[in-house]
Amino acid sequence: MLSKTVIYLLLAVASLLSIFPFYWMFVMATNENSAINSVPPAMIPGSQLVTNFQNVLNTIDFFGAIGNSLIVSTITTIGVLFLCSLAGFAFAKFHFKGKNILFVAILVTMMIPPQLGLIPQYIIITKLDWLNDLKAVIVPGLIDAFGIFWMRQYISSNVPDELVDAAKIDGCSNFRVYWNIAVPVIIPAFATLAIIKFMYMWNDFLWPLVVLRDESTYTIQIALRGLIDNYVKDNGMILSGTFWATVPLVIVFLLLNRLFIQSLTEGAVKS
Amino acid sequence: MTVAQIQPQTSSQKPLKKRKSSFRESTKEAIAGYLYVSPFFILFAIFGLFPMLFSFYLGFQKWNGLGEMEYVGLQNFEWIITDPLFWKSLSNTLIMWVMGTIPQLIIGIILAYALNSALVKLKSIFRVSIFMPYVTSTVAVAIVFGIMFNDQDFGLINVILSWFGVDPVSWSTTEWGVKIAISTMVFWRWLGYNTIIYLAGLQAIPNELYEAAKIDGATTRQKIQYITIPMLRPIIILTVFTSTIGALQLFTEPLVYIGRSYREEGLTVVLYLYREAFVNLAYGPASAAAIILFFIIIVLSAINVFVANRIGK
Repeated sequence: MLSKTVIYLLLAVASLLSIFPFYWMFVMATNENSAINSVPPAMIPGSQLVTNFQNVLNTIDFFGAIGNSLIVSTITTIGVLFLCSLAGFAFAKFHFKGKNILFVAILVTMMIPPQLGLIPQYIIITKLDWLNDLKAVIVPGLIDAFGIFWMRQYISSNVPDELVDAAKIDGCSNFRVYWNIAVPVIIPAFATLAIIKFMYMWNDFLWPLVVLRDESTYTIQIALRGLIDNYVKDNGMILSGTFWATVPLVIVFLLLNRLFIQSLTEGAVKS
Repeated sequence: MTVAQIQPQTSSQKPLKKRKSSFRESTKEAIAGYLYVSPFFILFAIFGLFPMLFSFYLGFQKWNGLGEMEYVGLQNFEWIITDPLFWKSLSNTLIMWVMGTIPQLIIGIILAYALNSALVKLKSIFRVSIFMPYVTSTVAVAIVFGIMFNDQDFGLINVILSWFGVDPVSWSTTEWGVKIAISTMVFWRWLGYNTIIYLAGLQAIPNELYEAAKIDGATTRQKIQYITIPMLRPIIILTVFTSTIGALQLFTEPLVYIGRSYREEGLTVVLYLYREAFVNLAYGPASAAAIILFFIIIVLSAINVFVANRIGK
């Protein structure tokens, strides 16, 4: 049996190493470059919090990029919740020819690496004239095979057939059954999928990098990368940018950590 | 995630009583069904299936995106296969996969086991701290670690090494320096995520099993070997699977860390593909590289499933 001390030591070291980069990001965001570039580097917060962030604002359109990320992530998340729950509901509760084949086809698409179609996708976006348009990220982001799979499983086991049948006998249209019977029951599944999708879209890098070339359309990930392209490396400024881009995510996580962890493990463990 | 697990369970789906529905009603239901699932298939046809098939076509063409396409047979594949840089990017990817993934999964299991121990107090604090790296953007992680792995003697990692009398390392220019830096980023960001997944798996193991084993006089080692590992097997398979696929698609960390120089020490397959396509505008060779990557992922996934099915059986 591992002794208690060893267990605590292990967890304490892992926790400290996990948190340290966040702390150091804050330390650097509040220090001058000279303090960062000395031996040993600064380890306690300094007084340059405002100056460093002002430099970020002079280098990139920080709030514009956060706004773009919010637009992209929010619209795709809402869209995916609606489209996936609707499709999941149809797969779980409706009878129609070829249903199972269509469902297996959706599962198969999950196995394809997204990079395979990268160049033709880019060409399609160019042909649609969506280059440097947030639509280029939002519309393909609405495809979510995992979301359909997830919703189908949840609806199958949580929305009773009897309830669906009863509503139909009472003359509910198919969409009303979805909206009034299924949607209220699947709120927890919505929460899970929303967290997974929002995080994914917020962090996506390769595809926005390919289709968003104009600074006014940058998402925060692309804008952050722009910080390090400067000729003179201003580490205080750079980490101020990453720090302020990370803070909102961490706050949301700390407020909702139970839901967060539960959501992400549910999505992973059950599938 | 094995194929057996994700098969639709049609048998349990059928309603208990046969619904007495008129012909009109069932037609309406079928139409609604097709309508509700159609957005996925329409979008996927445009942005998924067509691009995929077109990539296979492009792999045999010479094209820079502007002029006429020219059929060149296997020339693009020859070009990729004889390019030492491609092999370099492939071996880099595999090395970083091993360095970033295997320690991550092993230490993740150990941490999950520790977190699951009944002895530990402050569980939620440890859990939240360890999970926090997952809740940052990959770009931010790559930037922060890039500054930690500064080549100068004031770089944080070099300062720490100097306490142990080690000379400063040129992390961004040496063969192993670059790989260690990138693998560390991957390790740091995903360790907590995998730990929490394993923890969820451990908590799903019924306690009665351990109690029964205890009555039978099993040692801790035997409990781990005969209860924990076999019960955790599906979760381990899942994490090996997802982290392998993730590692083969490694892109953000190396691009942010090595920057526009595309230094070959940190070049990965996807970075190579990106560079061929969007920097060199060599769409044919880039498509050929994408096709090769696709087959590598299929082969490695198949090996994963094969090995996973044998572990612990």
